[in-house]
Amino acid sequence: MSATSRLEARQPPSFGDEDAPEGFRPNLAARKKRGERRRLLFLCSTVLAVLFLVALIASVVNQSFGYVLTVAQIDPASLEREGLPLEKQDAKALAATLGEHVSRRYFAKLEAEKPMAARNREELLSLIEAEVVKAKVLATWNLSKSIFGKREILAFKEANAPEGRLFFRSWVNAALLSNPQSSDAMRAGIRGPVIGSLLTILFTILIALPLGVGAAIWLEEYTKDSALSRIVQTNIYNLAGVPSIIYGMLGLAFFVRGLEPFTSGAVFGGGGEDGGANGRTILSASLTLAILILPVVIINAQEAIKAVPQSLRQSSLAVGATKWQTIWHHVIPASIDRVLTGAVLAVSRALGETAPLVVVGASTFLSQDPTGPFSKFTTLPIQIYQWTARPQAEFRNLAAAAILVLLLLLLSLNAAAIILRNKYRKEKRLGR
Amino acid sequence: MIGTANEMNEGTAVRNEGAIALGTKALPGAASALKMAANGAAAEAVASGLVGGLAIAAAAAPVNEGLPALDVRSLDIAYADGFRAVKELTMSFPKRSVTAIIGPSGCGKSTALRAFNRMNELIQGTRTKGEVLFHGKNIYGDGVDPVRVRRWIGMVFQKPNPFPKTIYENIAWGARINGFQGDMDELVESSLHQAALWDEVKDKLKQSAFALSGGQQQRLCIARAIAVKPEIVLMDEPTSALDPISTSKIEDLLDELKKRYTIIIVTHNMQQAGRVSDSTAFLLTGELIEYAPTRELFFNPKDERTENYISGRFG
Repeated sequence: MSATSRLEARQPPSFGDEDAPEGFRPNLAARKKRGERRRLLFLCSTVLAVLFLVALIASVVNQSFGYVLTVAQIDPASLEREGLPLEKQDAKALAATLGEHVSRRYFAKLEAEKPMAARNREELLSLIEAEVVKAKVLATWNLSKSIFGKREILAFKEANAPEGRLFFRSWVNAALLSNPQSSDAMRAGIRGPVIGSLLTILFTILIALPLGVGAAIWLEEYTKDSALSRIVQTNIYNLAGVPSIIYGMLGLAFFVRGLEPFTSGAVFGGGGEDGGANGRTILSASLTLAILILPVVIINAQEAIKAVPQSLRQSSLAVGATKWQTIWHHVIPASIDRVLTGAVLAVSRALGETAPLVVVGASTFLSQDPTGPFSKFTTLPIQIYQWTARPQAEFRNLAAAAILVLLLLLLSLNAAAIILRNKYRKEKRLGR
Repeated sequence: MIGTANEMNEGTAVRNEGAIALGTKALPGAASALKMAANGAAAEAVASGLVGGLAIAAAAAPVNEGLPALDVRSLDIAYADGFRAVKELTMSFPKRSVTAIIGPSGCGKSTALRAFNRMNELIQGTRTKGEVLFHGKNIYGDGVDPVRVRRWIGMVFQKPNPFPKTIYENIAWGARINGFQGDMDELVESSLHQAALWDEVKDKLKQSAFALSGGQQQRLCIARAIAVKPEIVLMDEPTSALDPISTSKIEDLLDELKKRYTIIIVTHNMQQAGRVSDSTAFLLTGELIEYAPTRELFFNPKDERTENYISGRFG
C-alpha cells in the first residue's frame, strides 16, 4: 500500500511495522532494538557482579577447608600408659604422662600456674598436644585439591613424611573462636580480635549514631540556607570521600597522642589493667572509626529526614506543637527506619576497616582479651592482615577461616539492620 | 482561560451529581447553589456588619460582636525571590461565620491564609509586613510565639495529612501536647462527633488513620484541628483532593462548625464558596478586589473584575 493511497483511503492503522502517518518515519523496531541492547548490557553487569562475589566467597571457602599434614615430635601412640592410649587416660594419668615428657622445671612452672590436680582432661590433653607431641604442620591443601588431588597428596606424604598424620581439617571451628592468639597455626584462635572488633564497633555506634543523627537533625531542621550552612554541607560530602588512612593519622595525632590521658583512661583512674596502652586503646579506635563514618551517617540521616513529607511537619505545627515536639514525635519516627539502615551500613564499613587502626596502633599480639574501652586492642581485619602476611602457608588457611567469621559478623549486622527497618516500617504502616 | 473555566464547570457538574445521588443538597446549577447558601447565611452576614463590602470592610466596625475574630491590616507578603504574593491586604473576619477567599490560581489566597497563623514562616525567606490582629493583639508583634498563635488558629490542609498514628492518637496528640487535662476519651469522641466522623470510626479508634478513605481522613484532620479548642480554623482548599461525596460531607460539616468556630476557607471552587460561606473575598494578583456578603458578591458584584471572574470569563 502506497503512502498516498493510505492517506486518501484514511484506513485505520494496521499496527504493522511500516505503518506511520505522513511526516513520521516508522522507527519502533529500531527503538525497541536499542532498548533490548541496553537491557542485555545491564544483565551482563549484574551477572558479572554476581560472578565476582561468588568467586570471592568460593576462594575463601576453598582456603578454609582441606587436608593438613602434620609431623609429631613424639608419636602420640607411644604415649600409652598401662595399656591405655592417650585419649582414654584419666586426668591423673595424663598429668603423669606430661610429667614424664617435659623437664622437671617446666613441669613445676606449669604446676605453679595452675595445679595439675585442678586441671581437667581437656586442658591436660591440649597441654600434652602442645608440649609433648608438638605436631608441626608440614603442608596444607585447599578444598579443591583435597577433593580432586587426593592421590597427589598421598604421594607427597609418602615422599616427605611417611610417619606424619594426614587429616581433613575445617579451619573454621569452635576452637578458632574460643582460642586466644598463638604462633602455632593449629592452636591459634581469634577470641581476642573478635572481642576487640565487637567492643570497637559497639563504642563506634555509641559515638557515631547520636552525633551523626544529631548533626543531621540540626542541618535539616534548624539551619537556614546560608553560605555557612552550604560550606558545612559541602565539607561533609567531601569528608565522606577522604581515604580512611587519613582518619587514622588524625586518630593517632588527636586521640592517641593529644587526648592520651582521656583515651588511656588515666583521668578516670581506670585502664591500668594492662598498663602501657598509652592511648592506643579500644576507645581511640572507636573514636577514629566514629569520625570516619560520621559523614556517611550524617548524609544518610539527612536524606532520610529530607524524605519526611513537609505536610507531616505542617500538620504537627498547625495543632500548636513546638519545633522539637514535631521533630521528636513525627520527623524522627517517620525517618528512623532509613536513618538506622544507613547507619548500620556505615558501621559495617567501620567493622571491616584496617588501615586507620594500624595507624592508630592496633596491637599485633594480645596477651589478654580486651575487656573495656581502655584495653589495648586488635580487631579481626588486623588479625587477618597479619596472618596473610606470614610466610607459612597454614596461616593463609587460618586467615581464610577468619575472613569467613568476619563475613558472618557483617552479614548478621546487615540482617539486624533489615530486621530493624522492617519492624519500624511495619509500625509506620500500622500507624502505631 | 476558557479551557480552565470549562474544566471547572465540568467539575461542578460532577460534584452536583454526587450531591443529588446523596440526596443532601440537590443543586442542579450554580445559581441555585448560591441562592441556597445565601438564604441561610444572609442574616448572619448582614449582622456582622459586612454589608458595605469592598476592601473598606475592615474600617467598618462590626455592629454587634465586639472585635472581629481576625483583623488584617495592610498585610504584605513577599517570597524570597521578591515576588509579592499579597499586597496591602486589609480585611476583617467576623466571628462564628464562614468566610471564603476565592480567586484564580496564584492570586495569593493560600499565602494570605497561611499568614493568618504564621505558617508562612516555614518557607524560608518569606517577608511579612503589616498586622494581623487577634483579640486586638498583633500575631506578628514582638514576643509573640508562633506556636501560641497556631494553638488558637488551627489549620486544615489541601491534602488530608493525618499523623501516621492511630485514629485516637491523631486527635489526642495535639490535645496532650497542649496540656489537656480533661477526659481524653471524651475529647476524642466529641471531636469526632463534631467532625461527623464518630459513627464511622468508633469501632476502629486503635487502627491506623491511613486505613480511612481520603474524605474520612480529611474529616479526621478537621477533628484534630478542633480537638485543641481553637477559635479560628483555617482551611486551605480542604476538598480539592476529595471526591464529590466526601466534598459534600465536609461542606455540610462547615455549617455545624461555624456555630463554635470562625472558619476561613480558601477555595478555587466558586460554587463551593457560594454554598458554604457567609461572606466572600475575591483576590486577584495579591490584591483584595472585593469583599462582601456572599450573596451580594455573587449576585451584585461591584467590581467588573469580580464579575468577570465569577461569570467564568477568566480564571
